[in-house]
Amino acid sequence: MAVAVGVVEPTPAVRAKRRRGTAWRQMSIKAKVGAVILLLFVLAAIIGPYVAPYNPSTENIVTGAAAPSVAHLLGTTTFGQDVLSQLLVGIRATLILSLAVGLIATTLSVVVGISAGFLGGWGDEGLSLLSNVFLVLPALPLLVVLLGYVPQRGDLTTIIVLGVLGWPWGARVIRAQTLSLRNRDFVSAARETGDSSWRIIFFEILPNEVSLIAASFVSTVIYAIGTSVALAFLGLADENSWTLGTMLYWAQSQSALQANAWWWFIPPGLAVAFLAAGLVLLNFGIDELGNPRLRDAAGGSRIDGRRWRPADPTPVLHLAAPGRSSSGGFLRSFSRRSVTEQTGQPR
Amino acid sequence: MQFIVRRIVFYLVAAWAALTVNFFIPRFMPGNPAEVLFQKFPSLQPGALKSLEAEFGIGHAGSLLHQYLTYLDNIFHGNLGLSVIEYPAHVSTIIGETLPWTLTLVGTATVISFTLGTGLGILAAWRRGGWFDRILPALSFLQGVPYFFLALLLVDALAVHLHWFPIQQGYSEGLVPGWHWPFIQSALYHSVLPAFTIVLTSMAGWMLQMRNVMITTIGEDYVLAAQAKGLSSRRVVMTYAARNAILPNLSGFALSLGFVISGALIMEIVFSYPGIGLTLYNAVTSDDYPLMQGIFLIIALAVLIANFIADAVYVIADPRARARDDH
Repeated sequence: MAVAVGVVEPTPAVRAKRRRGTAWRQMSIKAKVGAVILLLFVLAAIIGPYVAPYNPSTENIVTGAAAPSVAHLLGTTTFGQDVLSQLLVGIRATLILSLAVGLIATTLSVVVGISAGFLGGWGDEGLSLLSNVFLVLPALPLLVVLLGYVPQRGDLTTIIVLGVLGWPWGARVIRAQTLSLRNRDFVSAARETGDSSWRIIFFEILPNEVSLIAASFVSTVIYAIGTSVALAFLGLADENSWTLGTMLYWAQSQSALQANAWWWFIPPGLAVAFLAAGLVLLNFGIDELGNPRLRDAAGGSRIDGRRWRPADPTPVLHLAAPGRSSSGGFLRSFSRRSVTEQTGQPR
Repeated sequence: MQFIVRRIVFYLVAAWAALTVNFFIPRFMPGNPAEVLFQKFPSLQPGALKSLEAEFGIGHAGSLLHQYLTYLDNIFHGNLGLSVIEYPAHVSTIIGETLPWTLTLVGTATVISFTLGTGLGILAAWRRGGWFDRILPALSFLQGVPYFFLALLLVDALAVHLHWFPIQQGYSEGLVPGWHWPFIQSALYHSVLPAFTIVLTSMAGWMLQMRNVMITTIGEDYVLAAQAKGLSSRRVVMTYAARNAILPNLSGFALSLGFVISGALIMEIVFSYPGIGLTLYNAVTSDDYPLMQGIFLIIALAVLIANFIADAVYVIADPRARARDDH
């Protein structure tokens, strides 16, 4: 009986788990750090509002701006509101807002990018021109002017405006990739077998652009976080909803720094910085998946106690301590220095 | 030549798009800007009312097409209307006073940031795996910090507590702007901290991009060939690898100018710097629609011109762009 256990085929779940394990191991340390940071923020966004100790809007004139204490772990605002509760609620709002913007903008960029790349000709010219024009127009001043006209500024307005203006960069990248994919053999083969354009787009082209689309999504989310926080800080968002940006807006408009109330100003700013940095690091990881030359650990081989990567500038072999091992000496005999040494000082 | 013609056509189209967007924003946004203004300033001078009517198409101004043509005609004659908050100052006069501040400071800071970032990116790629390259990921944190947050912290530390730099404004109060030494000195002194914050936050992007392109370039055969010929490292790095790796960075530079301007806008608000960004902010917060529109238009056109210059530099730097149609 016990013998049979050894040859039991792993169940699909086990296999999936193993695959996930290797994927995690293959990720670079940068991407891992990014993923962990992002996970922490998502966790905070999910459970944050339930574990927040106070209602973020409840004011308490008596306490005023109090330094961090046991009752208020991150202190209170000048209105006596609990900073930690605002932070927990604000992270969720900021994350939802940026993900929504990322979703809208990435959808638009995929649609525009793939149509432009796949259509070619005048359709491509027109769509490329459109995205280049949108790319060149300065986004923030346009946003400021647009929001200046909107009578009711709410989160939804910000999401729509940011989403509608955030697509051109991704569209450009996706178009370029589609152009190069369109002429590959497997696409021609699909076309020869009589597949419809839709089928080619969804089954041949899109699956090959997943990492590119993911990277573009992450970049758009970073853009949304930065821009929405900046707009809120400028007072162009709904000041009464708690986001990381409105927290900073209130802290600044109540002169938190001048009053030395650092516990009010620093946490939301650091939260934005960590969230964005986590996403940037994650994007490094996605980039490295697509461009193996950027990887540092994967694919390297260890020679003489030093790790050599496939993309190292040139095999600078004299760096591998000469004569310390047979392989070092062997490789060294091919290096330029060994040649000059031999010709310079005949032995 | 064909490359340049193509780019000129593109910029003309982009400029037309900016003009048109600028025309349609007030007409298609919810709410009626003119009404808001009437309510806000009941004692609005008749002259201002009239210019508003012409600009926003309130009242008789005729069909949309007619309004559009009048608008284009006005723009080509440099007539951007009258400011509401500073009535009867012309929008173009206000822009003329504030634009040089922004151009000087932001232009200098951007060039410094690009040069420094690209240089350090080359260094990081060449000494790959060295200590400098290893700390690069930490820079992503610097990229993530909201600009205004970092700037305000630096102001608090360096200006408020250490008194090394002035806290805000473009020059000391009491000085009359002009070409005399006390004013120039004061203006320079006031620009150091804003410029430093811009360089600090925008450098990391150039650096990371340059490093990544550089690493790909270093793997190319011609770089290996240059090394095999026995050229000095310095020559290989600068004239073989970096010379080619900088091209994507240059076109990236052109495309990111819009973002640079956006950063400058917030910088001016943080430092109360008397440039065009602060004026735009004041116009938005006080519902000065003509001023708002005029500034958006100027910013958009400035970005287009800067883009064109970057393109021209690209043509000089990349012979392929010149040769593309010669054969």
